[in-house]
Amino acid sequence: MSSRKVLQGNIIVAKAAIAAGCDFFAGYPITPSSEIAQHMSQEFPRLGRTFIQMEDEIASLGACIGASLAGKKVLTATSGPGFSLMQEHLGMGVMAEIPMVIVNVMRGGPSTGLPTKPSQADMMQTRWGTHGDHPIIVLYPTFADEIYSETIRAFNLSEKFWNPVIILLDEVLAKAHEDIVIPETKDLEIFTHQPHEITDLNIYDREIGFNPPRVDFFKGYPIHIDGLEHDAHGWPSADPKNADHMQTLRMQKIYHHLDEIIKYNEYYMDDAEIMIFSFGVSARAALPAIEMARNKGIKVGLFHPLTIWPFPKEALKNRFKRIKKVLTVEMNMGQMKYEIERVAYDDVEKKTLLRANGIPFTPFEVLKAIEEFKS
Amino acid sequence: MRNYERYIRYRTFPTPWCPGCGDGVILKAIAMSFAELGIEPADIVVVSGIGCSGRMPTFFNTNTLHTTHGRALTFATGLKLSRPEKLVVVISGDGDATAIGGNHLIHAARRNIGIKMILINNGIYGMTGGQVSPLTPQKFITETTPYGNIEPRFDVAKLLEGCGASFIARETVNRMVQLKEVIKKSFQHKGFSVVEAISNCHINLGRRNKMRDCMTMTKWIADKTITKAQYEKLSPEDRKGRYPTGILLEDSDRMEYTDIYYKHIVPSAQESIQKGKH
Repeated sequence: MSSRKVLQGNIIVAKAAIAAGCDFFAGYPITPSSEIAQHMSQEFPRLGRTFIQMEDEIASLGACIGASLAGKKVLTATSGPGFSLMQEHLGMGVMAEIPMVIVNVMRGGPSTGLPTKPSQADMMQTRWGTHGDHPIIVLYPTFADEIYSETIRAFNLSEKFWNPVIILLDEVLAKAHEDIVIPETKDLEIFTHQPHEITDLNIYDREIGFNPPRVDFFKGYPIHIDGLEHDAHGWPSADPKNADHMQTLRMQKIYHHLDEIIKYNEYYMDDAEIMIFSFGVSARAALPAIEMARNKGIKVGLFHPLTIWPFPKEALKNRFKRIKKVLTVEMNMGQMKYEIERVAYDDVEKKTLLRANGIPFTPFEVLKAIEEFKS
Repeated sequence: MRNYERYIRYRTFPTPWCPGCGDGVILKAIAMSFAELGIEPADIVVVSGIGCSGRMPTFFNTNTLHTTHGRALTFATGLKLSRPEKLVVVISGDGDATAIGGNHLIHAARRNIGIKMILINNGIYGMTGGQVSPLTPQKFITETTPYGNIEPRFDVAKLLEGCGASFIARETVNRMVQLKEVIKKSFQHKGFSVVEAISNCHINLGRRNKMRDCMTMTKWIADKTITKAQYEKLSPEDRKGRYPTGILLEDSDRMEYTDIYYKHIVPSAQESIQKGKH
């Protein structure tokens, strides 16, 4: 039986992770994400799964990678400052192709910033935070039921593509208690890599566009995992030809499967003349604003990406063939607006509604921006 | 083929270490310890950070993991927690373990998690060309202390004792057999263990401090170290500047972390559901 509950966003993440089969959590306390760790510390011992509070965020992600290599489904949860500390290990996860899920509940920044206030200012940190060229998958749920389903999807994608997957959450959505119907676990689509035996060293060997065989320790054959650039055997290699090839493999295993990864929702878009591009708590304000504007006869719709990275470039390009006005609403000084500028043609008029002071937009503020844009 | 050679991955040779480097001795001592204890290579995982020591796991024919600078213990913690029955060995250098990784070292010791750490102490950042480390002796010339090192050094054994470590040993590359013996004993210990293996870096430390070759430097190491039994007979005056070797601390009564978690916390949490608590 599915069950109807009133739950905090952070707890929804934790419950979804448990349903997805997450069996290892390492974390470090940080506002506003600590409830996830607290919930895991209570539930995991009961389920025979593993919880540990590490000495910092660097250690948390390190422990997660270690556990993932031992075959666990791993999760850590943090906020901006902790996520900054995790960047080196995020790169290690990409390089060694290790599945893991990281929740970043965004708060005002930079530095210690506004710890108890919402922000949407880690959009670019999730994309480019770790050094070097790398593929990354970032999901950003907006409604309570999406927090549940996107957490499940994050685990599935990380298991499928052997890559770190990041879930972005707003402080507001993580802390608010909302009505949610929790589906029954048996009705969920949960992907877990099949148990296998490793019999040779070619752990990274595959065609372009495919995943490596799962890199697991203790599968009957001793293997080497390295944060250095490596060849198909996992051995460190500085050969330029090999580096070229391995970079391509890592990138293309994601970019060959965009259809599977990219997900977005559209509201009132069929006849829209103005498109709002927004996500998270800002999209929650935009939606009622759109309804009010429509009552006033303004044809406006919402494009709401659930997958932030890779960016839903092709879908947006298609929309801009018809729609010539786009309003980007985000709680930062302007980050995703640059992505919109990259995909919207010159004949598209671009406006923004930006704010980074810790106060979310109200529907009336968005409505005002829509009306100004219309005239 | 000698017994320990099945733990060596010859196909990845040659090593990146300079001629005369002590790391090769440590590599062999660890492989011999595996062999003498008869552990299956697939049941071992060797984890390292960055530096000359960081390159060592590649040469073991076991599961091996080369990670980020200073953080090997964190990866090892995840591995040990996930598979407590496996032998998890961490190889670290002095800069790796006590500077950038100092936080993880003290917390692993505090938790008493069953990771076996080999801390290779050559008193210098070797791979980056010879910069001062927290274990470089005072007054020594390095690339970043051209006028002499003004900072005092850690006594790693005492630091770990303060953190509650349950097994601490120290040996030098001059004494390969004794080194192998303490490594073997540390592998048999249940909780967290650290073997400080004092090694020579005549290229990046010795060269700038009148110890240009391997023999001069290993002689200097021999002069600075003394067995624990002999050390205890010395007066406090004579003890200054000398370091005891052998097993310095062994406490088998302290419970190991994964044992506490899986044998106490998990059952008591499950019992609390049955009783309807929470």
